[in-house]
Amino acid sequence: MTTQVARDPSSSSYYVTDAFYRELIAQFADWQRDDLAIADLAERDRFRMLIEREARLLDQLMFDEWLAMHAPECIYWVPATPQGGDPRREVAILFDDRRRMEDRIYRLRTGYAWSQAPKSRTVRMVSNVEVFAAGTARMVRSNLLISEFRPDGVRFLSGFCAHRFVEQAGRWLIAVRQVNLIDCDQNLRNPSIVI
Amino acid sequence: MLEKVNAGRLTSASERFDFDELVQDDRVHRLIYTDQAIFQAEMTQIFGAVWVYLGHESQIAKNDDFITTRLGLRPLILLRDSQGVIRALFNRCTHRGTTLCRKDKGTARTFTCPYHGWSYLNSGKLRAVPWPDGYACDFKDAKYNVAQVPRVDSYRGFIFGTLNLDAPPLLDYLGGITKPIDEWLDRQPGGKIAVCEANRLKYKGNWKLAYDNSGDGYHVVFSHRSLLEMENRQADVANKGMSYYRSSPDTAPMYMAYMGNGHHFKDKRPAIEKRAGGLWAVEGPAPGTEHYQAELRRRYGARAEEILDLASSEPVNINVFPNFSLLGNHIQVFDPVAVDETDVTWYGTAVVDEEGVLGGAVDDINALRMRTMEQFPNFGEVDDLANFEEIQRGLGCLEDEWVYMHRGLGIPGRVKTDANGVITAPATDEAFMREYIREWKRLMKAEPTIAIKREP
Repeated sequence: MTTQVARDPSSSSYYVTDAFYRELIAQFADWQRDDLAIADLAERDRFRMLIEREARLLDQLMFDEWLAMHAPECIYWVPATPQGGDPRREVAILFDDRRRMEDRIYRLRTGYAWSQAPKSRTVRMVSNVEVFAAGTARMVRSNLLISEFRPDGVRFLSGFCAHRFVEQAGRWLIAVRQVNLIDCDQNLRNPSIVI
Repeated sequence: MLEKVNAGRLTSASERFDFDELVQDDRVHRLIYTDQAIFQAEMTQIFGAVWVYLGHESQIAKNDDFITTRLGLRPLILLRDSQGVIRALFNRCTHRGTTLCRKDKGTARTFTCPYHGWSYLNSGKLRAVPWPDGYACDFKDAKYNVAQVPRVDSYRGFIFGTLNLDAPPLLDYLGGITKPIDEWLDRQPGGKIAVCEANRLKYKGNWKLAYDNSGDGYHVVFSHRSLLEMENRQADVANKGMSYYRSSPDTAPMYMAYMGNGHHFKDKRPAIEKRAGGLWAVEGPAPGTEHYQAELRRRYGARAEEILDLASSEPVNINVFPNFSLLGNHIQVFDPVAVDETDVTWYGTAVVDEEGVLGGAVDDINALRMRTMEQFPNFGEVDDLANFEEIQRGLGCLEDEWVYMHRGLGIPGRVKTDANGVITAPATDEAFMREYIREWKRLMKAEPTIAIKREP
């Protein structure tokens, strides 16, 4: 288990530890603070471009490219409670590590994911992008509106995203993407797309 | 104080429909899933007349705690009052009918109507009315106290209620299904669990489509094909998860048992090795699996296996008619919204280790258990719900009237009834559907004694 191969986060999950959860909860607790907001337009634009690209990749179902935007040890998290909750003590709508993100994509591509047959057509709007300093990392808040067409009509999913970006080898990568749906604690119909 | 209600005024479906024609030995009519009048009748004949699951005691752990929930379509406040009595109040001001409480959960000794300020104790008793000089009546009359479900009872933390004065005691209603419920609880430390948030889903289809599915071992390899392929994508996790359904599930070591009163039990445990760690050995990968497994084994040695089993999904489906199911580590609740809309809520459950028998492992095992529980609602249930919606759409073909549930019917020796009346069959048979829908038919024709209660 100490070899590199065994620790490939696509095939094993060693990084989701108690310490990891504790840091995650701390990182997502009190970050939207005016004193941490970054005013520099070039920096704000850098992150705005990243999340706009992410939205486009998800609309185009380009999941490999989407995964490549993430750090190797990453989390995709949709809480079931408006304040985010404590994922150690409560279930989330989803809390995926890299392997489970890959599971999710694999399932959608099998051709037998009936909840996505036919596939939803989506258009995402991201806006109200704010960037906050978090040590060497960056926390980015953006508003998200997904218009989703299925054969019986169009519906909307909306909420705000909290991205935690980390810089690795000169690239800013998504370490955590938290999607806070405004109706996260309500019964949701067919939440089977990557939100 | 009990007030009997004229049930005939609530529903007229029994006069309009011949339920013996709609529910036959091998098939049912599409109308039982699509007809508005039948749905309205079910809200009294089924959801008013049998013990319906309302919530779990851990959700109202302390005096004055409440949650809001439903009994059929009736909005309820389920609470533990200031004296510790569990009550299910109609969420309805006696004055004008306004709902009294709009929060999902909280703590309150009193509820004050937002509309005209009438306030009530959490026992349901009227506490005060603004400017009472304007009234000639005596507000001590019990009729001004909030209506409540007359019969509320718990079985090992699970709270049920019924409006039917003729319904048997809860324990008698549950009958033989208490045995698998006991086994499900007794594998947990202290024999108890706590509810911890939920995967909340909704589908545009009739509520019975979910109950039809609850013990159905036939659909798995088809409806969940994407999940099975996903689970088997990595060689080292093949034969885990739901893979015991592969090949020929008819003869797989699992069975279903119909326990009466609409309750049934699908038992997949015979497919699991009976040893500490046997369940964990077949649990599919989850976020944190390898870390927590290594960490618990390092700290607890051989004892780690039974601890890891607590993060594993218990391979049973324990279905209590009409709206409650224990499966894996979930409490699944079916809530009708309309004839063609149903909420399916998968409450997560956490291990509570009040006596410390896990030696400090409870937080770790819960962190892992939360992640194993998120798997099926995300990758399995969504496909079932899509298929339920497509059934509802298919049933729009008015002239093609029948829906079949006859798998296993008429094959000699296949469906067995024991001395206690428990009916067993292969897990892929539709015997439980035929039996519960027969009970549904009996209830739709019955004349329950529907009542509400008010504090004296």
